[in-house]
Amino acid sequence: SSQTHTQANMERIHLLSKIATSEQHGENSPYFDGWKAYDQNPFHLTENPNGVIQMGLAENQLSLDLIEEWVAKNPKSSICTKDGISQFKDIANFQDYHGLYEFRKAIANFMGKVRGNRVTFDPDRIVMGGGATGASESLMFCLADPGDGFLVPTPYYPAFDRDLRWRTGVQLVPIICNSSNDFKITEEALESAYENAIASNIKVKGLILANPSNPLGTTTDKQTLQTLMRFINEKNIHIVCDEIYAATIFNTPEFVSISEVLQEMEQDSSNKINRELVHIIYSLSKDMGLPGFRVGILYSYNDHVVSCARKMSSFGLISSQTQLFLASILSDEEFVDGFLSESSKRLAKRHQTFTQGLEKEGITCLASNAGLFVWMDLRMLLNKPTFDEEMELWRLIINDVKLNVSPGSSFHCVEPGWFRVCFANMDDQTVDIALKRIRAFVKKGRKNERATMNNKRTKSFQKNLRLSFSSRLYDEATMMSPRMMSPHSPFARSPLVQART
Amino acid sequence: MLSSKVTCNSHGQDSSYFLGWEEYEKNPYDEVKNPNGIIQMGLAENQLSFDLLESWLENNPQPAAFKDHNNQSIFKELALFQDYHGLPAFKNALVKFMSEIRGNTVSFDTNNLVLTAGATSANETLMFCLANPGDAFLIPTPYYPGFDRDLKWRTGAEIVPIHCSSLNGFRITKSALEEAYKQAEKQNLKVKGVLVTNPSNPLGTSLSLHELDLLVNFISSKNIHLISDEIYSGTVFSYPCFTSIMEVLKNRNLMNTEIAKRVHIVYSLSKDLGLPGFRIGAIYSNDELVVSAATKMSSFGLISSQTQHLLSEILSDKKFTKSYLLENRRRLKERHEMLVKGLQKTGIRCLQSNAGLFCWVDMRHLLSSNTFEGEMELWKKIVYEVGLNISPGSSCHCSEPGWFRVCFANMSEETLILAMQRVQSFVDCMAKKSMQSRHQQLLQRNSRRSKSLPKWVFELSFNQREITADER
Repeated sequence: SSQTHTQANMERIHLLSKIATSEQHGENSPYFDGWKAYDQNPFHLTENPNGVIQMGLAENQLSLDLIEEWVAKNPKSSICTKDGISQFKDIANFQDYHGLYEFRKAIANFMGKVRGNRVTFDPDRIVMGGGATGASESLMFCLADPGDGFLVPTPYYPAFDRDLRWRTGVQLVPIICNSSNDFKITEEALESAYENAIASNIKVKGLILANPSNPLGTTTDKQTLQTLMRFINEKNIHIVCDEIYAATIFNTPEFVSISEVLQEMEQDSSNKINRELVHIIYSLSKDMGLPGFRVGILYSYNDHVVSCARKMSSFGLISSQTQLFLASILSDEEFVDGFLSESSKRLAKRHQTFTQGLEKEGITCLASNAGLFVWMDLRMLLNKPTFDEEMELWRLIINDVKLNVSPGSSFHCVEPGWFRVCFANMDDQTVDIALKRIRAFVKKGRKNERATMNNKRTKSFQKNLRLSFSSRLYDEATMMSPRMMSPHSPFARSPLVQART
Repeated sequence: MLSSKVTCNSHGQDSSYFLGWEEYEKNPYDEVKNPNGIIQMGLAENQLSFDLLESWLENNPQPAAFKDHNNQSIFKELALFQDYHGLPAFKNALVKFMSEIRGNTVSFDTNNLVLTAGATSANETLMFCLANPGDAFLIPTPYYPGFDRDLKWRTGAEIVPIHCSSLNGFRITKSALEEAYKQAEKQNLKVKGVLVTNPSNPLGTSLSLHELDLLVNFISSKNIHLISDEIYSGTVFSYPCFTSIMEVLKNRNLMNTEIAKRVHIVYSLSKDLGLPGFRIGAIYSNDELVVSAATKMSSFGLISSQTQHLLSEILSDKKFTKSYLLENRRRLKERHEMLVKGLQKTGIRCLQSNAGLFCWVDMRHLLSSNTFEGEMELWKKIVYEVGLNISPGSSCHCSEPGWFRVCFANMSEETLILAMQRVQSFVDCMAKKSMQSRHQQLLQRNSRRSKSLPKWVFELSFNQREITADER
C-alpha cells in the first residue's frame, strides 16, 4: 500500500546520513527550471531551431579545434596508439598521489605562462583534485572544521554552496558587493562581513575569491588584492584564490594573480606577509575547455596543506591516461603559446559581438575583460526592484525568449535584475539567433510599453524600456543556488549520451 | 590555523603499511641497477596481464585517439562531457562486465550505478551517504589498511572490528558479528552497517555461502546496511566460485525488499583489469536515494571522460573480456601456486586461498615472541635483512600476531623466484641462529604433520603459542 511505501521511505531516509538527506547540495531549488526547460526542448540549429538556447553553461567551446588538431598530429601523447603503447603499462599502473612529474611540471609551466611568466610555480606544490570541484572541497577540509566560516564576495559561483559547504560543514559568509562601484570589494564590506561572522559566533578561517570572477567576468585589480592580503594577514586567516578563468582574459586590464601580489609584498618585510596563508585553485576546464578530463589543481604555499591535500587527492586523482596526455600537450611550448593567444582573440571577438548586439537593443553589461559570460543588466526591465520580479523576468526569458540564462539571485547578488549570460559555449550562428530573439523580445516590450504608457506613468528608476509581462505562477524560491555545472551534457542529442547498447 | 584533519592522523599513513613502502622507495630492487634492493611485495597490483590489453590497444587504436568505432573524432564531445550520470556507453559496458564476472547469475541496472574516481572515492562516498560523524561500520579483521583513511578520515565515521581468527580460517561467525555490535554499543557508537571485502583483502579468500547468509540475516535483524567491496571479484582463480552478495539476495528472493535496498556494492577496474592509474570505481545500490546522493557527490571525483570512453570500447568487446578473464585467472593461479609452493619449501604456510593478488602467510613460528612487538621485529628483519616489503598483519588489524600479506602479481616471475630464494636463505639462517631447539622441533613437527593435514595448510599448536589478547 502507498502508506507502507511512504513509511518504508521515511525509515530508509532515516537510515541514511544527514548529509545525504539534506538539501545542501542545492540541486532541488526552483532555479533548475531553467535546466529543465532546456533539457525538454534543447536548441539545435537544424533539428530544433525553436528550442531553448543554453546560455547558462560556462563552457569554453571556442578553441577545442586547436587541441583536436594537436591530438591528430601527436599520436604518442596517447598511451594507446602504436607510438605511445610502450608507456601503457607504467601509466596504467601509476596511481601515485604525487602525480606524474611531467604532468606537474607542465601544469606549473602553463600556470606561469598564463601569468606572463611574472611568477613561477613549483611542481612539487601542485596537488591534484577531482576537477576544481574536488580541489576546492579538499582545501576546505584542510583549512576549516565543521562550523567554521569562509568569507566570499557576492555575487559568487552558486556551486560554492555545495562544493565548500555540503560535506565539510563549513559556512559561507557573504562580502556584499554592488553595482555602485562595479561590484568591487571594499574594505568596509570586508570588515562588515568579518564582524557579521563574529556576531553570529562563526569562526572565520579564511576568504575565498574567484579571480577572474564568475559571474562578473572581471579581474580583481592589484590594489584590491593588496588590500585583501593585508586583511588576511592582519586577521591571520587564509586566502583561497580560485583562478580557474585566468587564461580567459581577452582584454585589459591585465590579469594579476595572487601569486604575483604575494611575491611583491613579501619583498617588504614591513608588510608582515605570511605566505602559508595563500592557496590557489586551478583547473583546465575553462582555460582549455576540457571539463570532461577532470583536471583540478590545488596549489598551496603552505607545506602542511600540500602534504595533507596530497593525501586527500586519493579521493579524486586525475586519470593517469589524462595526466600523460596533458603532460604532452602542455609541454609543447609552441602549441601552448599559440593556443593562449588564439583562444584569447576568439573570446575577445565573441564577447564583442555579443555585447555590441545587446547594446543595440539598449541592454548593457558590466564592463568585463575575462570569463565565458557577461553580467547583463536588466534592472530597467523590472517593474519593481525585487527578486520576485527578477524571477518573473527570468521565467519569461526562458519560456518566451527561450534562452536559458542565470538569474543574479542564484549567485547571491543583493541587487535584483542582473543575469549571467554565457557566450562561449555555442557557435557563431547560435549567437546570432540568440541576439535576434533578444531583439524581438525587446521590440515586443516597446510595443507593449507604448500601449500601457497611456494608462500608467513609468516609474523613475526605469529607463526607456519597460516591459509588461504576462504574470506567471511564482514559486517561493529559497536562496538556494542551482548547480551551475549542468547535470546534463550540452550535447543532449550526442550519440555519447544517447547510447542505448 | 589548519583544520583538525590536517593534524590528526586518521589518514593512517603513519602505519607500518605505508612505512614499508617508504623503505622500498629509498632502496627499490632493480634486476640490473639494484639487485640487492628491496623487492616490493606489499603492493596489491595485477601486472600479469598487461600484454593482453596492449595487444587489444594495438588492434584498436581509435578509442585512445578520441575516436569512436566509426573512426569519427569525438574529441570535442569527450572534452566537454562532465555529466555526473556518466557516459552511457561506458556504464552499459561496465554492468555487463560485472555480470560476466559473476557468471551472468545476476544482472545490473545502469540506473543504479554511480561512477567514482576509484574504489577509494566510492567507499568514502558511501560513508558520507550512510553514516553521520561518530556512526560506526563493522568490518571483519584483518582488513585493507586503507579503509582507516577511506572510511573514517574526512567522514568522521568509526570502524569497529569483527574479530576473525585463524582457528576457523578467519571466517566470519555469528558470534563475532554480535560481539562487534555489542562492542560498538559499549562505546556508544551507533552502528550503521557492515562492510566486507569479497574476495577478501588481505586473506585472498571469497566469502562462503554460509558467511553471506549470516551477513544478510544480521543486517536484516539489526536493520543496518551492508557494503560489499567486490573489487577483487575478477581475480577468483580457483574453487570455490565467487558468489556475489547480489546473487544471495536473488536466490533468497529478497531482490525487491527493503533489505536489498540496504545492500551496496563497490567495484573498480584497478585489480581485475590492472588499471589503478585510470581511477575507475563504481557504487552499485538498489536504493535510489543512495544512488541520487552518491551521484551528486561523485562531482568531487568523476572519472575522466577520456578514460570512460577507452574503457567502454574495451569492455564492449565481449570476445576480449571473455578471453582476458580466463587467461588472467590462469596466470594468477599459476603465480599463486608458485608462491605457496615456494614458501612451503621453507616451512612457511599460507592460508588456503582462491582469489586476490596476495597470500596470507603464516609466520607465527618465526616470531621470537608471540606478540605484535615480535611481529614488528620480524617484519623489520624481512624488510631490511631479507629485502622484501611485505605487509605485517597488524597493519591490517589482525588480532593475532605473525601473519603477513605477501603480494605475488606485481612482479616478474624471475623476481618472485629471487624473493623465494631470499626467504629460503633467511629461514635457513634463522634456523641456524636459533639456540632454542624448540624452533627446530617445531619445523620438524610441522613438516611431519603436513602429510596428514586435510584442507587446512596450517596448524595451531597450543603448547607452543600463547595468543595474547593484544588487539589493535
